[in-house]
Amino acid sequence: MALRTLLTRKNLANSPMGMLGLRGLQTFSLPDLPYDYGTLEPAISGDIMQLHHQKHHQTYITNYNKALEQLDDAVAKGDASAAVKLQSAIKFNGGGHVNHSIFWKNLAPIREGGGEPPKSSLGWAIDNHFGSLEVLIQKMNAEGAALQGSGWVWLGVDKEFKRLVVETTANQDPLVTKGPSLVPLLGIDVWEHAYYLQYKNVRPDYLKNIWKVINWKYASEVYEKECP
Amino acid sequence: MHLHHQKHHQTYITNYNKALEQLDDAMTKGDASTVVKLQSAIKFNGGGHVNHSIFWKNLAPIHEGGGEPPKGSLGWAIDNNFGSLEALIQKMNAEGAALQGSGWVWLGVDKELNRLIVETTGNQDPLVTKGPSLVPLLGIDVWEHAYYLQYKNVRPDYLKNIWKVMNWKYASEVYEKEFPES
Repeated sequence: MALRTLLTRKNLANSPMGMLGLRGLQTFSLPDLPYDYGTLEPAISGDIMQLHHQKHHQTYITNYNKALEQLDDAVAKGDASAAVKLQSAIKFNGGGHVNHSIFWKNLAPIREGGGEPPKSSLGWAIDNHFGSLEVLIQKMNAEGAALQGSGWVWLGVDKEFKRLVVETTANQDPLVTKGPSLVPLLGIDVWEHAYYLQYKNVRPDYLKNIWKVINWKYASEVYEKECP
Repeated sequence: MHLHHQKHHQTYITNYNKALEQLDDAMTKGDASTVVKLQSAIKFNGGGHVNHSIFWKNLAPIHEGGGEPPKGSLGWAIDNNFGSLEALIQKMNAEGAALQGSGWVWLGVDKELNRLIVETTGNQDPLVTKGPSLVPLLGIDVWEHAYYLQYKNVRPDYLKNIWKVMNWKYASEVYEKEFPES
């Protein structure tokens, strides 16, 4: 709010703010993958990775930016009705951007550590909470396979209780919609677009194979930050 | 079509039958907790069976009338409710494209008010979940499995093309059953 009162249209008319709008609105662009599309094969095909990144994720970003601009406009005008109406597009597209940004970091080629089981504190926490890594994987696969429609299956940590959780969310709802203190460590996209070209209707096969390229290093980093 | 019919629809039927047996068992035992717990599986798989059964009848090869615009009372009702067939198609395509996640876009008739409506439902919810007096005339599956192998992420292209094989004869029959011409 302070930004709005300090900076008027007149002051910023010639401001070289680039992606920051007149009211300080930040928009988003597609993050690069830290690996080539084909390097997760045979677990996930290069075709899927390319479409998923360049089409699906990009579309969420494009639509999120559009909704943000419309929201910024509605808020500036005091149009509460429009602001509320936009929340569906914000949640869906913003969620899609948030979720997929995490997802790309959750994956890694085998030669870069993909599939290597978690060590140290996260590994210990998994054994403590679930009994073993195998049990955790089984649980996530069962919940992922049973998810009705489109959504995600998550391994998260409750930063308040320092407890690991397995949760699912529908459509592009981020994990935080299931609890404000939940932090995502790993998310598996179970929308059909994430696997259909390769696995067709057999979502369980996709879930079985994706663990071969799961980047536990990233999950450990996030966990150690929340639970030092 | 092959996968959609033999794998997806079949799976809904298999799981619906399983849920029905479990429901029967729980009802016999008076196990209310289990009966309630089963409702999600009943709705999802039963809905999947109901919806896809309608869907197959909504489609027809071109040489068997697929794509031929509706005549008779339904054609007139469409013009009356939406202005034209093109306007209806545009509306259904827009709502189908905008549907978040998985679901269906429907042309239905409110049998109480004798009014055509366009509605969407999420996942495998049948049209009746949007109103007890709604009767489905046409449903378009917009789950990704319905188009992804061919159209990839471009759902609007699927929606544009599916009208070429739409079986308006079936839709007209259902409509005339609810509102017989006097």
